[in-house]
Amino acid sequence: MPEQQWPLWEIFIRSKQGLDHKHAGSLHAADAQMAIENARDVYTRRMEGVSIWVVESKYIHASNPDEAAAFFDPANDKVYRHPTFYDLPDELKYM
Amino acid sequence: MSIEQALINFTLHLADDALILGHRNSEWTGHGPILEQDIAISNIALDLIGQARNFYQYAALLINQSGGVEAGGVGGGFWSGGVGTDGVVTDVGGRGAAGAGANGVDKGSGGVRINGGERGSGEAGGRGPGVVVMEDSLAYLRDAWDFKNCLLVEQANGDWGKTILRQFFFSAAQYALYDQLRYGKDAQLAAISEKASKEVAYHLRWSSEWVIRLGDGTYESHTRMKKSLDELWKFTGELFIPSSYEQQLAKEGIGVDLSLLRPRWEERVREIFSEARLSYPGEEARKGGDGGEGADKRGGGEGGVGKKSAGGVLSGGKEGRHTEELGYILAEMQFLQRAYPGCEW
Repeated sequence: MPEQQWPLWEIFIRSKQGLDHKHAGSLHAADAQMAIENARDVYTRRMEGVSIWVVESKYIHASNPDEAAAFFDPANDKVYRHPTFYDLPDELKYM
Repeated sequence: MSIEQALINFTLHLADDALILGHRNSEWTGHGPILEQDIAISNIALDLIGQARNFYQYAALLINQSGGVEAGGVGGGFWSGGVGTDGVVTDVGGRGAAGAGANGVDKGSGGVRINGGERGSGEAGGRGPGVVVMEDSLAYLRDAWDFKNCLLVEQANGDWGKTILRQFFFSAAQYALYDQLRYGKDAQLAAISEKASKEVAYHLRWSSEWVIRLGDGTYESHTRMKKSLDELWKFTGELFIPSSYEQQLAKEGIGVDLSLLRPRWEERVREIFSEARLSYPGEEARKGGDGGEGADKRGGGEGGVGKKSAGGVLSGGKEGRHTEELGYILAEMQFLQRAYPGCEW
């Protein structure tokens, strides 16, 4: 089967120290098992991780960069959404 | 032979198996069918060579402790030579190191000196306290008849499927072997096996998956796998035929009884083959054809390899009788060290 027909998979690796899987790269594989083994061979050679997640690229949906302005700019100037904006009375010791 | 010598031979056998297969796999580096598989097979080659290094270091230690190679050791031949860490070069012809004198031993240098006086005698050359053997000399300076790898690992790579099948057969046996050896009486062999077991577990898993994918794949992949099976099956018998040193060590609890490994190997192979839609050739296939030490026709010769059937059992590798393939492997692998002894980079 020519390689061009193998689907593309996105690889996420959880490092030894970390708590979340981080995107490490992508590779081609025929199915999930092979994708996991390929990820192990390609992305964990230097003990980069202890756990691998693979997701076929077609299942990842991303926000549209053209819409970034509408999506993200409005949050820039709403300082009241940050907890540090508020003064707490001294009696509330454990907030 | 003494237990000491049997242990040396067994350790060399384990090392040679790993080194030759590692070398064969490394021939794919840069030529793999797909990037990720090129990396995978190179990783496997590195794992195997790492195992080989561990075994060679241990063998060198044992050899040096025992005072050198026995004249009557398996395979004979003189193979201690090379360069000491102090940079003194002795060529394999052994003209003697500078200033060493006819029977000179320079223990302080930590290097290799060849006892010039004995050099000409041919067989017994390696004996005596003057010769220090290292992992490199074992890997690069022994000739084919001193190598104790089984015949399976020296077979040519062929197509991807044949490489996979060879790896599968070997890893299934190696996994079963290490799983026993880690509980053996020799602490060093147990330690090496324990560590290597994890690597081999992955080799076995990886190759099993590919045997299934190619066997139960397209018409072409299935046909190629059947052809590879025909070519390789005759070499699988040797994996469970104990050599004299293996028999001796098994009795002492240091080695492994190979007959215990065979059922585990067979179970695994049958399981994977049924998913791969390949038929298990079985013992009947082994009885057709040569049925004996086919490689033994002349020293190092190819013996019964020319037989057409998939049957028969070819063996002799563990005792130093190899197919012609090994000669080509060593010519490539050893050329540099032999042409430029002691070169470093």
